[in-house]
Amino acid sequence: MISAPYLEVAAIVLGVVLLLVESFSVQLNKRVIAYAALLGLAAIFLSTFFVAPTPAMPHAPLWNFYASDALSLFFKRIALATTALVIIMMLDYAPVVCANIAGATPQAGLGEFFSLPLFTCAGLMWMSSAIDFVMIFVSLELVTISFYVLVSFTRRNPLTLEAGVKYLVLSALSTGFLVYGITWIFGVTGETNLYRIAEAFTRPELESTGALLGAVLIIISLGFKIAAVPFHIWVPDVYQGAPTPVTAFLSVGSKAAGFVVLVRVLQPLLMLPNVRALLVALAVLTLLYGNLAALPQSNLKRLLAYSSIAHSGYLLIAVVALSGRALAFYLVAYLLMTLLSFAVLVLVERHGGCELENFSGLSRRSPFLAFAMLIAMASLAGVPFTAGFLGKFLVFDAAVAAHQYTLVAIGIITVAAGFYYYFKVVRAMYWETSSSGEMIFISPLTRMAIIAMIFGIFFFGVYPQPLFNALR
Amino acid sequence: MLLLIVFLPIIASAALLLGAPARATALGASAITLVLSVLAFFDYDHAQAGFAYVRSFPISTDLRLNFAVGADGLSLTMILLSSVVLLAAVWFTGKVDRYENAFYACLLLIAAGAIGAFASLDLLFFYAFHELALIPTFLLIGIWGSGNRRAAAWKVTIYLALGSFVLLIGLIMLYRALPAATRTFDLRAIQAAASAGQIAPAMQSPIYLWLLAGFGTLISLVPFHTWAPEAYASAPAPAAMLHAGVLKKFGLYGLLRIALPMLPDAVRQWSNLLLVLLLANIIYIGLATTAQRRLDWMLGYSSVMHMGYIFLGIVSVNVLGATGAALLMFAHGISIALLFGITGELRKRVPTLELDALGGLARTMPIASFAFGLGAFAAIGLPGFANFAAEIMVFFGAFRNGFDFQHFHFFQWATLLALWGVVISAVYLLRAYRRIFWGTSAEPAAVPDISFGLRLPVTLLVASSLFFGFFPQTLIERVAPTFRTHLSK
Repeated sequence: MISAPYLEVAAIVLGVVLLLVESFSVQLNKRVIAYAALLGLAAIFLSTFFVAPTPAMPHAPLWNFYASDALSLFFKRIALATTALVIIMMLDYAPVVCANIAGATPQAGLGEFFSLPLFTCAGLMWMSSAIDFVMIFVSLELVTISFYVLVSFTRRNPLTLEAGVKYLVLSALSTGFLVYGITWIFGVTGETNLYRIAEAFTRPELESTGALLGAVLIIISLGFKIAAVPFHIWVPDVYQGAPTPVTAFLSVGSKAAGFVVLVRVLQPLLMLPNVRALLVALAVLTLLYGNLAALPQSNLKRLLAYSSIAHSGYLLIAVVALSGRALAFYLVAYLLMTLLSFAVLVLVERHGGCELENFSGLSRRSPFLAFAMLIAMASLAGVPFTAGFLGKFLVFDAAVAAHQYTLVAIGIITVAAGFYYYFKVVRAMYWETSSSGEMIFISPLTRMAIIAMIFGIFFFGVYPQPLFNALR
Repeated sequence: MLLLIVFLPIIASAALLLGAPARATALGASAITLVLSVLAFFDYDHAQAGFAYVRSFPISTDLRLNFAVGADGLSLTMILLSSVVLLAAVWFTGKVDRYENAFYACLLLIAAGAIGAFASLDLLFFYAFHELALIPTFLLIGIWGSGNRRAAAWKVTIYLALGSFVLLIGLIMLYRALPAATRTFDLRAIQAAASAGQIAPAMQSPIYLWLLAGFGTLISLVPFHTWAPEAYASAPAPAAMLHAGVLKKFGLYGLLRIALPMLPDAVRQWSNLLLVLLLANIIYIGLATTAQRRLDWMLGYSSVMHMGYIFLGIVSVNVLGATGAALLMFAHGISIALLFGITGELRKRVPTLELDALGGLARTMPIASFAFGLGAFAAIGLPGFANFAAEIMVFFGAFRNGFDFQHFHFFQWATLLALWGVVISAVYLLRAYRRIFWGTSAEPAAVPDISFGLRLPVTLLVASSLFFGFFPQTLIERVAPTFRTHLSK
């Protein structure tokens, strides 16, 4: 039995060691670093199952800002799995990185490319345990700063540079909102710990206007992280410009962490008046905008960017309906299907590009990849027997239980819109004829990862109970 | 046995995708499925009533969700229909120009979705199995369709996805309407709870309206019908056979299985609305069918129109009408499959399906002409075919709903009007039959008749329609107990 904080420590140590190895052994094939990172992440993932349920010293100061409950462990596993899958994608993406970095050696920059995600991962894991605003802020910064580097990694590509600048500016802005919101809450309650803030909110002498202002500022800043409309403006450009594995990481890891922080923060904040109405409005806007703007997209990366906004809408329904189960399950489903589509995208991108035309006739060039993409798209759209469907089912179930019929009605319409733009990809792969006859090489590791994700989508699509158990 | 019937087509389609020999695997799997369904149908002990062949596997204790299959007379009838039409559709599939394996796999998956839905005892899987057929339909129409296939494929996919999710909300509301302690997805348990009056009357109406909108879209109830004619006109013949013959019956089955037993008050309360809609289906769509100039569009519209009769049986809320509706679902599935199958063969041989451009085909295609004639007569409801027995029951069932031997009420007037639909369908079907197969030939070029092998599926379809036309009792005695528990005679 180990104590939960050691998991993050292990991730950080792993990252530092790999960075040191990278900088001191010049001759080393940089791919070894990626494999080592994968092994390390797998070990940490396994050890999450041996975390002691109750802390050894419950009154130590650490536990004032760090929780090791089932929810945090669940999200730590999400972070670890995402990072591992992203590193596998990065291995496939390595040639593009090399081509876009000016370096003395052929593999310049790859070592950092493979080891930086570990720091992001540690940040994500800390975020899932953070129950204190200071802790939330610090771990959020760790995630964001490592993303600054990753987003603009292929710096010879002007699109990437644009993405990097946009991400930097808007993230900094959202951090500003967060800090300002925290100060207001602290000013009103004199606390930064979420539970003690909740207690303070029950006091009759509470200055509720100030608290509400703080709450709104914090929700705005988290809205940036989870890509909720109208704080989504950075998403399409950054997603399109960033290196594809980083885009995948942003859309899954960063979003999952954003939602777990949102859930934790809302426990006190929902005690304030009107906060729920604000969230309903956010959800409505996000659902409508994300799905409708995705309709005309012809670049798959951009399409997935809007789809990621759209899925934030469904996740927000779960948040509004206060269903942790629906939220957690939907995030797992979202992780599997989004990473699966990005994994295919990385491979196809190397043989053409990210436009929908590059997917034309994929069923001929690579039936395996086309099938994987078919499953990913079916799951994103919400076809039964996939995890995506069960996620939508749980979300709508929670919404009906909470009597949020507006959200239900809008959700149905947007689901139908989703069928259109996801099936557009299927159409390209199966109806159209191929423009190039080039076969696509798939490395054994990637093939394994893709098969695992397909299996996961079907497994959790028909047998969700293990996930429900993990949440207890 | 039921598990095998449900999973055999799925396993076969997986094998096809992995490269098994296309036609042999598909034919073998659907033949075995048919044999098993026939065995299950005749083996079912109707004196016992209730669900037989029940198997249940727990999925989620949190949601009280099980994967449970089981069948009573109603589901067995529908499963039998599915497997008959599946075998015929697979047989009618001729040469496929590209992705032959995928074509057969899609056909099997559509049938598997229908069979799975009919066999499910659990709301969520009942729903999920049906939607399993969505992607195969999209691919079948999009890749192998004809005419304006792309637009048709989009339309049917979006429409059905929207309808399905509306339906899903209705099902969730039904699930949530149960008290928390007994909340479950198990059909039998929900039915028991409904009989015990645990579903609040105030909740029945909204649930029913959601279900009606959802199921109605899938069944092509006016005004949610516009996807159907276009999709069936563009789909390859085997896909149209399966979709119009089997998959569309899912919605009707759902109304019979869920709405009638669980929400009887709401069904009665909203029966006038449904009567108006179904009359629109029969009269308005009937006239629209008469106006069609192309055979495939005409059949597409006619399959929309005939849904009206089945609705009439359902809305009459008595055993006679509901049983008639079930029999009519079977009969209509068979006859429309036969008509679409022959149309598909015609499409391969003649340059156009415009009714005005065709003529005199009986001379060179005697067998096809005979088969089409039988299908048309069955669809019109000629005595001897199952359609006749079914329509009689539906009309009698609807007519006696609230009839007091003094005044005609809405139901009686509606029945009278609906009867005119029989005349309308006779008009367009007989006219089409005459135009295509009789009269003078527009083009003298010899058109070869359907191949010898195709006589088998034609015989299969005609024989099953005739069998239940002459011996409707075999079906009625199995189906009626399903309704006897909760409906008046």
